[in-house]
Amino acid sequence: MTDRGVAVTGMGIISAIGETVEENLWSLLAGKHGLSRIANFPTRLREQIWVGEQKKTNDELSASLGLSERNAFTRTALLGAYAARQALESANMQGAHDLRTGFISSTSVGGMDYTERYGPTYLTSPEWHRYIPSHPAGDSSHKIAEYLGIKGLVTTVSTACSSAANAIMMGARLIRSRRLDRVIVGGTDALSKFTINGFHTLMILADAPCQPFDMHRKGLNLGEGAAYLVLESEEIVQRQGKKVLAYLTGYGNANDAFHQTASSENGEGAFLAMQKALAVAQLTPQAIDYVNAHGTATPNNDLSEGRAMQRIFKSNVPPFSSTKPFTGHTLAAAGAIEAVYSILALQQDMVPPNLHFDTPMEELDMIPETAVRHRSLSHVLSNSFGFGGNCSSLIFSKA
Amino acid sequence: MKKSVFINGIGAVTTQGIWRSEFFSEARVLDHAINAAEQPAYKGFISPGAIRRMSRGIKMSMYAAQQALGESFVTIPDAIITGTGLGCSEDSDKFLRSLWENDEQFLTPTSFIQSTHNTVAAQIALQLSCKGYNVTHVNGASSFESALLDTLMLLQTGEEEHVLLGGVDEIAEQTYSFLQAGGYIKTGSVRETVKTSVSPGVNYAEGAHFFSMSAGRVASSYAEIIDVKLQNELEGSQMRSFLQDFLTTKDLHPEDIDAVILGYNGDENDDLFYDALWQELPLATPLYYKHLSGQYDSCSAFGLMVAAFVLKQQTVPSILYWNEKIPPNTTWKNILIYNQYKGKDHSLVVVRAC
Amino acid sequence: MTALKEELKRQIIEVLHLEDITPADIQDEEALFGEGLGLDSIDALELIVLMDKTYGIKLADPKKGRDIFQSIDTMVAYISEHRTK
Repeated sequence: MTDRGVAVTGMGIISAIGETVEENLWSLLAGKHGLSRIANFPTRLREQIWVGEQKKTNDELSASLGLSERNAFTRTALLGAYAARQALESANMQGAHDLRTGFISSTSVGGMDYTERYGPTYLTSPEWHRYIPSHPAGDSSHKIAEYLGIKGLVTTVSTACSSAANAIMMGARLIRSRRLDRVIVGGTDALSKFTINGFHTLMILADAPCQPFDMHRKGLNLGEGAAYLVLESEEIVQRQGKKVLAYLTGYGNANDAFHQTASSENGEGAFLAMQKALAVAQLTPQAIDYVNAHGTATPNNDLSEGRAMQRIFKSNVPPFSSTKPFTGHTLAAAGAIEAVYSILALQQDMVPPNLHFDTPMEELDMIPETAVRHRSLSHVLSNSFGFGGNCSSLIFSKA
Repeated sequence: MKKSVFINGIGAVTTQGIWRSEFFSEARVLDHAINAAEQPAYKGFISPGAIRRMSRGIKMSMYAAQQALGESFVTIPDAIITGTGLGCSEDSDKFLRSLWENDEQFLTPTSFIQSTHNTVAAQIALQLSCKGYNVTHVNGASSFESALLDTLMLLQTGEEEHVLLGGVDEIAEQTYSFLQAGGYIKTGSVRETVKTSVSPGVNYAEGAHFFSMSAGRVASSYAEIIDVKLQNELEGSQMRSFLQDFLTTKDLHPEDIDAVILGYNGDENDDLFYDALWQELPLATPLYYKHLSGQYDSCSAFGLMVAAFVLKQQTVPSILYWNEKIPPNTTWKNILIYNQYKGKDHSLVVVRAC
Repeated sequence: MTALKEELKRQIIEVLHLEDITPADIQDEEALFGEGLGLDSIDALELIVLMDKTYGIKLADPKKGRDIFQSIDTMVAYISEHRTK
């Protein structure tokens, strides 16, 4: 194992607060959130919920990617290809076909957005049949890999809202075990009626912009987007003299094994994931300068995650914030979007704010950062937790 | 130093029933377009409180997981890793239908909660109180091999000792009717086998297959997994280098492979790939299994059961031979499994007698 | 009242897939959650939809369900008073 971890040499992102890394950074620094009423498709829930929607339509995304009109990219694949292309450009990845390059994507909704739209016609008309094979989660990864021209190890992870963190972890392990030299990792999810109605039935959607870690938080806002990182081995970086954006030094995955959707009261899964990530990074909790929390703003998550953080950091909880009030909860993409934000935090020596925070939770002895804070950061921990008790933590360290 | 990885226990619920010693001798060739797995009695096996919400895929997996762990005397594995192409389709279908039928009203949470792809791995973790590493891989025909790759990395590095590895896909009426409309599954009235297939599409099915994988060999060990390789796309002309590159990294030559398990499924275009690989291994005995398992994304896990069985028993049940002419008895040491679907998601796995 | 209790028990058994349980097995005053019938938080959400769909009663706050869903008796009392269909 290399001492410095796995190098991040490129990143790309599209979210409700921007279509490039720079736009996202600018929104974070300006405290400009991306929540709105849903516009890209009609739904009964329109006036009841706020979403972190990317306003580019599917046609605009297709055109920007230069796809033919009869393509069968779902929105999940379109957002993914858009972000992954940027990641490749930022890593200056043209050429170098001698390297063993892989692509590990993740998604939870897959092609559901098109199935819910055209499914009712499939049995009576062949018009939209080209979207039938676009339904499975893995199809979006194939489409993106094909678009990027990647041939080799291509696969997909789906662990609900912790998916992208696990895709990033899988990529790092592939490099560390010397199976790959370079891997593009991340996740993508589009908003769909399926997911917004699903979360609505769980009664955990807020009817206002979300307030992570606030005593009066009322639930989450859903979002959409995609983000990808280019990970490379230290050997390749040195041989090619590449610029490194940050190092992925730690990762941990654990299961809460408590309930199908709810997190345990003491945040056992979250605690174990953070503990494992620290062990892999060979860091003490005190070395963490900022925590980009999962912080969905549901009553259950924030209490459970907060308790887990207090168990890890004791009375010295580092500055922390949830960036979900900016983007909404982007489900499978969240771990990758927040990985980009964690790396930006390291590069800019900046802690992004936790918007809309007002009243501390009485169960916890910790308060998130409410305004942009400039301070020197060496190590950032990012949490992603999902249904099914899937908990993952990543640690990024300054290049 | 990389550790060796062994299959120490198997469990399955398939179209050929549950995993048992007569599994292959009692097997029958499938000839329906859609073939349901033969379900065991779950009562007394899964608590009534838990079973009432479970779809077929979850129930089959709970059963197969327990069987695999039982065979290997592992109570709680260190990690649970599954592969599934379509995930929990039955619950996805259910939620989607009620979304359409009730125009986004009166929707209930249970089917949504259980529609996520990671439901199976999560439910097993919940049932076993297994707080370890837990990941679900979802990548079409290489979903299971992706989970296998993940498993190998955990065990070879010594990070974990015991991993529960599974591959599962379930029949869901609506999803399969869409695949039928799209021409991927044969039409309902067709009665063809993999060998007699002339109509478009293939016979589809479902199944759950679990493997108790460990970094140590025990009395119950079936075989050792040498390695796995994944490739998203491949031209027929690249078959030779695809195979050679993989074998070379494992210090193997084509003549070392005693049997090759091919994913022939009766689709002309799919079968061309298997012909091409077989050509590169003239000395290996070709075996097949999709005439027994049916096609579904994680069906190649059935192929791994075939390899494990042959290597442990040192005998090939006659129903598995692709060629009518059964070759003379031999010892079986190295078996290669090759799978792909529609020219995508190619995977090679080498399994060795232990 | 008795007819409503019977109807409600049948509906609960159906929507919660309580296999092997008949209306006669559910006592009117028995706790539905925890001990008693052993329902959980996901069942509570299912019951909220049942109240809306069958009786036209909208419960916006899941916490409110805790009091209403204590037993068949408490549910029937609430439904009788608030039903709109």
